[in-house]
Amino acid sequence: MSLLDYFKTSKTSSASLAKERLQILVAHERVSKDQPTYLPQLQKELLEVIQKYVNVDRNSISVSFEQNDHQETLELNITLPEQQANKF
Amino acid sequence: MARIIVVTSGKGGVGKTTTSAAIAMGLAKKGHKTAVIDFDVGLRNLDLIMGCERRVVYDFINVINGEASLNQALIKDKNCNLLYILAASQTRDKDALSQEGVGKVLEDLSKDFKYIVCDSPAGIERGAHLAMYFADDAFVVTNPEVSSVRDSDRMLGILSSKSRRAEQNKEPIKEYLLLTRYSPERVKLGEMLSVDDVQEILSLHLLGVIPESKSVLNASNSGIPVILDEKSDAGQAYADIVARYLGENKPHRFIDDKKGFFGKLFGGK
Repeated sequence: MSLLDYFKTSKTSSASLAKERLQILVAHERVSKDQPTYLPQLQKELLEVIQKYVNVDRNSISVSFEQNDHQETLELNITLPEQQANKF
Repeated sequence: MARIIVVTSGKGGVGKTTTSAAIAMGLAKKGHKTAVIDFDVGLRNLDLIMGCERRVVYDFINVINGEASLNQALIKDKNCNLLYILAASQTRDKDALSQEGVGKVLEDLSKDFKYIVCDSPAGIERGAHLAMYFADDAFVVTNPEVSSVRDSDRMLGILSSKSRRAEQNKEPIKEYLLLTRYSPERVKLGEMLSVDDVQEILSLHLLGVIPESKSVLNASNSGIPVILDEKSDAGQAYADIVARYLGENKPHRFIDDKKGFFGKLFGGK
């Protein structure tokens, strides 16, 4: 660091950017670490089946997997559209 | 019974071997009989950092395969008579390491040694798994840099699930953070993650910070663990780490930018 550095305009520091990116990434990876590997495929196939009958998009279905001592829970959450429109 | 320490990181080039050499030497210098083992089969380097590369006759794999005894393969350090080095094989590949074989060697060493330092290879393959599998303590070496922090977090996950302690439902491996290549000036400028940032992300107990230092390259050039360079900042930082690990109360150093006004004005080191 020299005299010139004092006159440089201070932008958002790259370190805070790094921290923010890491916090998001690490939180995401910790959640997905313990999940079974079939989860994304399961989610995709479930969505396909549900879409045959109800008009839902990708974001209205969530599959989550939780694990505590001796129990594993697979939770399936589907948000149906307000006006239940039957495709057929 | 010996205490088994794994020096790990996931990412390569962050200072695992430098750290293994330094803390093994530090523990031995404190009067504890210590062995340091290179788990990087195929790419051994600990022997170079310890300055015993021309004295390697038998290696870790030879001992596992029963081609040499432990006593034949252990190299006594030239600077400290309580320190022994077990080199990795340069010609075999990592598949030569078996869990039973490694377990047997560690068990035999445990009878005679107080501390066993396992220098893990980079990555998350066989060598890295076996280096951490039997550990009691893990030194997670991390650089204040995004890819290193991410890899360290990944290693923490593996440490908590794929170790002997985890499999046998024993008390988990004690995990410590060693932040290396730290530059307080760059942290102050907002160009580098700070100790607090890294600790907040990894939520690990900080054992010490090693500043970015010319003495590390000087030490490896001459094959003398940097901790023996008692005048250097990195050497002192490693000495502090060993003391803290052994339960001494040492305040953290090398975290703040101590450069005076003139230093800042004219730059340089």
